[in-house]
Amino acid sequence: MIRKQDFQRINPVIWEIPRTFREDMRVPVRIFASEKILEATLGDRSIEQAINAATLPGLVSHVVVMPDVHQGYGFPIGGVAATKLPDGVISPGGIGYDINCGVRVLASGISADEAEPWLDDLAGALYAHCPSGVGVKGSVRLTAKALDNVLRQGSEWTERNGFATPEDVLRTEERGRLADADPGCVSDRAKQRGRPQLGTLGAGNHFIEVDIVEEIFHAEAAQAMGLRADYLAVQIHCGSRGFGHQICSDYVRELQKAVQRYNIRLPDRELVCAPLDSPEGKRYFAAMACAANYAFANRQVLTHHARMAFEEALAGKVGDWDLSLVYDIAHNMGKIETHSIEGEAVTVCVHRKGATRAFGPGFEGLPDEYRELGQPVMVPGSMGTGSWVLLGTKASMDLAFGSSCHGAGRTMSRRQAKRTVRGDQLLAKLENQGIHIRAGSMPGLAEEAPQAYKDVDSVVDVVSEAGIAKKVARLKPLIVIKG
Amino acid sequence: MDEINRIDQGDNAVEEIEHTADWAIRVRGKNLETLFQNAAQGMLQLIQASSRSGTSRSKTIVLRALDNETLMVTWLEELLFNMETHEVNYSDIDVQKVENCRLRATVRETPLAELKKEIKAVTFNDLKIHSTDEGFITTIVFDV
Repeated sequence: MIRKQDFQRINPVIWEIPRTFREDMRVPVRIFASEKILEATLGDRSIEQAINAATLPGLVSHVVVMPDVHQGYGFPIGGVAATKLPDGVISPGGIGYDINCGVRVLASGISADEAEPWLDDLAGALYAHCPSGVGVKGSVRLTAKALDNVLRQGSEWTERNGFATPEDVLRTEERGRLADADPGCVSDRAKQRGRPQLGTLGAGNHFIEVDIVEEIFHAEAAQAMGLRADYLAVQIHCGSRGFGHQICSDYVRELQKAVQRYNIRLPDRELVCAPLDSPEGKRYFAAMACAANYAFANRQVLTHHARMAFEEALAGKVGDWDLSLVYDIAHNMGKIETHSIEGEAVTVCVHRKGATRAFGPGFEGLPDEYRELGQPVMVPGSMGTGSWVLLGTKASMDLAFGSSCHGAGRTMSRRQAKRTVRGDQLLAKLENQGIHIRAGSMPGLAEEAPQAYKDVDSVVDVVSEAGIAKKVARLKPLIVIKG
Repeated sequence: MDEINRIDQGDNAVEEIEHTADWAIRVRGKNLETLFQNAAQGMLQLIQASSRSGTSRSKTIVLRALDNETLMVTWLEELLFNMETHEVNYSDIDVQKVENCRLRATVRETPLAELKKEIKAVTFNDLKIHSTDEGFITTIVFDV
């Protein structure tokens, strides 16, 4: 049982559990949180899970916990941990089952007033064009060879096959392709699950939203991103579907043997891991990169479908119905990066699980228009509330391995949400607020009720006050598509 | 975690328990065979799988794993994989033997009509099969 008095308060929004708190911890745990969020976090096992994560071999500096943290399995959702190359470990549980689950935001030149009469048509077109729900299959039929190409090439494959513009690829994290992908490290089962699902949203907390840009906080950044107050923007939140889940499941099972082989002691089997330079660690990294590339391609194909829906619903009715990608960013990923640790440049594997990369100004991997501003960070809120576009900062590089929060963060279990909220009543309430909803399941809608999540504004206030991200724009939903 | 729902499985039980982000069930069985059988039935009840008319067939599943916990994950994943990729539901599940980290079961596969909910993965989170005076008990967390 972790208590508030177990934390040392470093400043109003940074708290630390020292390494001495538990004998097996290798590094401290540092949480970004207001006092209220910290107290709420003690209601589940997320901090205990972060402490468990702090026992992994090869960790550097500290385990970071974001204010949207909640209990996961093994690692908490909202955790960041960096392990040193060559022999620090990589842990599939520190990356998550939905490898490269992520968010992209698209900007438009469509004013909300201009679109208002057509929003219901647009909701229907998006629901029809973007396959969603349990067990859904996509319209892209992949041969075994084509799937391998998707796994190696990610967004590049979508550009070659007419689903992406060159600008889309430039505005995707890592240009939508992790170079270390090796389809030979992926099981036949994962490939069987992946082949029919490219270009699908799935179910759970994944969504497509059409938003109005409610308020701009950083005019220069918003202009570079193409975001204008009172104009429409689109968010797409999904990941690598059954393909990524199968890879994580395969390697969590496979690495159970590796922890014995390398004599690694763990407080929770979900934290299984292998040294990055071991054959097992290398194979998992190559498979994870395949799932990352699949997810980049998945969000890009969905973008193509969303553009078709906008054209179908709005062509001839508004002046310009095109959508331009602001940025696409992962929030479940392991990346090899170089960070300054106690003044020394150290190459590490940064595990971000429910945390977003948030690199500051000057990072060479950013497109030209963002290089001096910092990397765009997408923070979707709960359904029916708001979402945020932020910018990464230099302080994020110093304090959090260039990371920030990824969303609102759950506070209520799915079962509790269904007991508290009725899907049909929630639907009516949201529609009364002027939000057009298309959802595959009413219980599924209830599970994602705003009451089940923290207030996203208070989460963003923490990362802003801590200096690890800057506010650019707040978005408010007009259309929500859920599986 | 608080117990909140009991899914009746005859003389043993599966209980759905709270988990902030995902689903978790606590499963009991008088022996390992009933534990594995109850876990499968509890999982199928969570996802509310239904069958449609069509040809059904009996199938034998044989699995082995490093230990009983890994065997449990492997067993439940086997069923989920077949449901998703082969579009089948399971009307009868008979776990005949769990011994030396090996499982043998006979299942009846029927054409799948619908899955109302999706389990994306079976996790090892806190997974431990405990022996008790009444038999065996374990908690399984699903990623959804």
